[in-house]
Amino acid sequence: MAKKIAVDPITRIEGHLRIEAQLEGGKIANAWSSSTAFRGIETILKGRDPRDAHHFTQRFCGVCTTVHSMASIRAVEDALKIQIPDNARLIRNIIMGIQNVQDHVIHFYHLHALDWVDITSALKADPKKTAQLAQSISDWPNSSVKHFKAVKERIAAFVSTGRLGPFQNAYWGHSAYRLPPEANLMAVAHYLEALEWQKEVIKVHAILGSKNPHPQTFLVGGMAIPVDPDSQNAINADKIAYMQKLLKKARLFVEQVYIPDLLAVASFYKDWAAIGGGVGNYLAYGDFHMDNAGGTDNLYFPRGVIMGKDLANVLPMDEKKITEYVTHSWYDYSGGNDRGLHPYQGETSHNYTGPKPPYDFLDTDGKYSWVKSPRYNDQPMEVGPLARVLVAYASGNQDAKTIVNYVLGQLGVGPEALFSTLGRTAARGVDCLMMARMNEKWVADLVNNMGRGIYETHNAEKWDPSTWPKEAQGFGYHEAPRGALGHWIRIENGQIANFQAVVPSTWNAGPRDAAGQMGPYESALVGTPIADENKPLEILRTIHSFDPCLACAVHVMDGKGNELIKVKAL
Amino acid sequence: MKTEHTPNEVSIPEETLRKWEARGVSRRDFIKFCTATTAAMALPMTFVPRVAQAMEDNRLPVIWVEYQSCSGDSEAFLRANQPAAGDIILDVISLEYSEVLMAAAGHLAEEAKQQAMEKYKGKYVLIVEGAIPKGDGGVYCTVAGRSAVDSCTELVRNAAATICVGSCASFGGIPAAAPNPTDAVSVMDLVPGAPVINLPGCPVNAENLTATIVHFLTFGKLPATDRLGRPKFAYGKRIHDNCERRAHFDAGQYAEAFGDAGHRQGHCLYKLGCKGPETFHNCPTIRYNEGTSWLVMAGHGCVGCSEPQFWDTMSPFYRRLPNVPGFGVEMTADKIGIGLAAATAVAFGAHGVASCFRRGDNMEQDKVIEEE
Repeated sequence: MAKKIAVDPITRIEGHLRIEAQLEGGKIANAWSSSTAFRGIETILKGRDPRDAHHFTQRFCGVCTTVHSMASIRAVEDALKIQIPDNARLIRNIIMGIQNVQDHVIHFYHLHALDWVDITSALKADPKKTAQLAQSISDWPNSSVKHFKAVKERIAAFVSTGRLGPFQNAYWGHSAYRLPPEANLMAVAHYLEALEWQKEVIKVHAILGSKNPHPQTFLVGGMAIPVDPDSQNAINADKIAYMQKLLKKARLFVEQVYIPDLLAVASFYKDWAAIGGGVGNYLAYGDFHMDNAGGTDNLYFPRGVIMGKDLANVLPMDEKKITEYVTHSWYDYSGGNDRGLHPYQGETSHNYTGPKPPYDFLDTDGKYSWVKSPRYNDQPMEVGPLARVLVAYASGNQDAKTIVNYVLGQLGVGPEALFSTLGRTAARGVDCLMMARMNEKWVADLVNNMGRGIYETHNAEKWDPSTWPKEAQGFGYHEAPRGALGHWIRIENGQIANFQAVVPSTWNAGPRDAAGQMGPYESALVGTPIADENKPLEILRTIHSFDPCLACAVHVMDGKGNELIKVKAL
Repeated sequence: MKTEHTPNEVSIPEETLRKWEARGVSRRDFIKFCTATTAAMALPMTFVPRVAQAMEDNRLPVIWVEYQSCSGDSEAFLRANQPAAGDIILDVISLEYSEVLMAAAGHLAEEAKQQAMEKYKGKYVLIVEGAIPKGDGGVYCTVAGRSAVDSCTELVRNAAATICVGSCASFGGIPAAAPNPTDAVSVMDLVPGAPVINLPGCPVNAENLTATIVHFLTFGKLPATDRLGRPKFAYGKRIHDNCERRAHFDAGQYAEAFGDAGHRQGHCLYKLGCKGPETFHNCPTIRYNEGTSWLVMAGHGCVGCSEPQFWDTMSPFYRRLPNVPGFGVEMTADKIGIGLAAATAVAFGAHGVASCFRRGDNMEQDKVIEEE
């Protein structure tokens, strides 16, 4: 007999996400993904100075907090044909690179691990055996019996107070947890260690960007952070040395803790290599410019599209093929709700037609989310580390091939295992390791420039809006931690005439389109076994494998009309 | 090694230090935390033992909710340093609900929140992140099918105190920027009269949040605030008052363009749009990420993120603050001489200039004038 359940809030994500699922015979037969919050930042952007856009767009999300700055600044630079100095390219790469690394580690330990790791089971672990396990998989120095004993005692003291704080009411003891106590203790220890680690390594953002979250030194035309070895107020040898130390610390943790833990945990959950695949189409804009030519040919992560899991054919990505549907989203299109619109033509007037709160279920036959449904060539696409790594792997990127083959070899599975919940989680680790290694190279390149007396970080040629054309439009892209991020801007008379963001979680979390095609979350959930409908741990596993980030996925666009302003003018 | 004691020195009982060691916090770290927090609250060092004592008591129940947020404040909290987030979660507070961190999901998460609210009625501290959209019956933000308007009101009314982290919860922030499409409001506008403290900033500075929590633990009440609900210990002075580039302002040394020689040498960023003279916040002294940096240190002007309606009143962010009648900052910047600079400094210090742009802002007399 079919039964509908709702999981709301989906926790350990950014933003407000609700999943409704229909269960049949112990499996998910149908699923709906809904975002339940909306702010309207694109509307707020209208009429403002395009040079300010990055401050606003960065507030789309406070988790991967640089990415919208990058995309919106690139959109303005694309519109105005601005080339940035080489130092700015390198500083941006380092900022984006450490963002990816830190974000992936936080995701694995703090947002995803508790779907696989039972904290309460860790209390039964033998610290000696835990140390043996840890030492057998890695050279990480912090793997002594004493260390694991101390962690166990700390957790035991915490639990003995009877107040579990953020760990209460969870699915502990669920039959789907499979790790032995020792592996659980190791993971809990690394959960705490990663919490310390992430606040250290992200100081690279503070050095280059002023702070984190929300680094603020991005500029249209380059960066505001000065570079000068003879100044105590700029990036000098001292700050370079500090960054090198932090980036090494970042890489060592990924190499010696994250990747070994990922492989150790995954080896107990190999059945998840056949669950949660989803739409099977993958899109990557590519990123991390390896030279300063400004084109998209020489990107560390290449640009491309994979359809129907066909790794033999990486198709070129054509930005013009992107559209968004609102058939099942709480917006209206003036020309009818069943056609897709390219972001430059994007229009939205928000029109909530859902149930009046408080409610038990949404009307999933009608409109049911604040997220639109982006499509590429009218097909739903998955974006994210898996898409990025698959496109790189299938395009012959040597680093991607080496690490992917290592991970697959360690787990004893073939490339087809990548199209799954487990594959998504593993690909994030591959992506993280690739980035962790590149960061140090980019700092070396910056040092090389500085040694040659090249200090330029900002191209001010078109800083003054009076030098701009009357009308311009541009596309800014970025491979954010969560995947392909695009901002589209139209500038008129020095002001923002239209702004649209199609973000990774819009691609992944979007509802059905006009043709009834499911979005990637929805599609990935279908077929998932659910052991206990009151504790749908399995839903969290697959949804978290995408690393949802919803606040930025929800946007409203005011295309040509002024519907919103009309509605809200007080 | 034994250090020499001065008559004014205070100490933390050995027993307390041992207890913290047993919890995995070294005595050095604990003393550092107590000292740093006492300093952050602008209290004399004689309060260190009292802060230490406060940490001994039962863990404070905390419910952390998010509405129209970007989770930037939650992330900032994860970067907390003295003590670190892990220590706070395990030892200082009892985090009963936090969507970013909690293991439970769905109805079990909701249940945890409701239970904590009832069990610790009038005793828990509520932390709110994000604005609350009042428009159209609250449909623009629901959690578990319930509107933010509804659940936030209930949680605030039952809390001992509410701490608004970040500019959205404090003043409406970015969702409330013009034209405010969802009728987003701050917590104090949603529930007038409730005991609320505002920690604006985008995002909140984690050190100020920690200091506020510890203040509450130490004294059983919230710290004194200005008329906008901001604690005086953190928002009592302008960025400009403590700015590390202030000497360059006074000396008339300005960066003229990003990356020019003056910019590289740390000259004043006023001409590049810095809003430091209008912004009350302790960024220059506390900085971010364990004191690593802050906007002005990294070469970008202050954007004024801790002021009400800063998105509308402080932007365009790269336009310099306009003239101040009488002594003219802009004019001063162009024609600066040492004498003129001193006069400007006095005028800023005198707080004597009225502002015409902040409607309803009681602090307006403390502001430098802004053009409409």
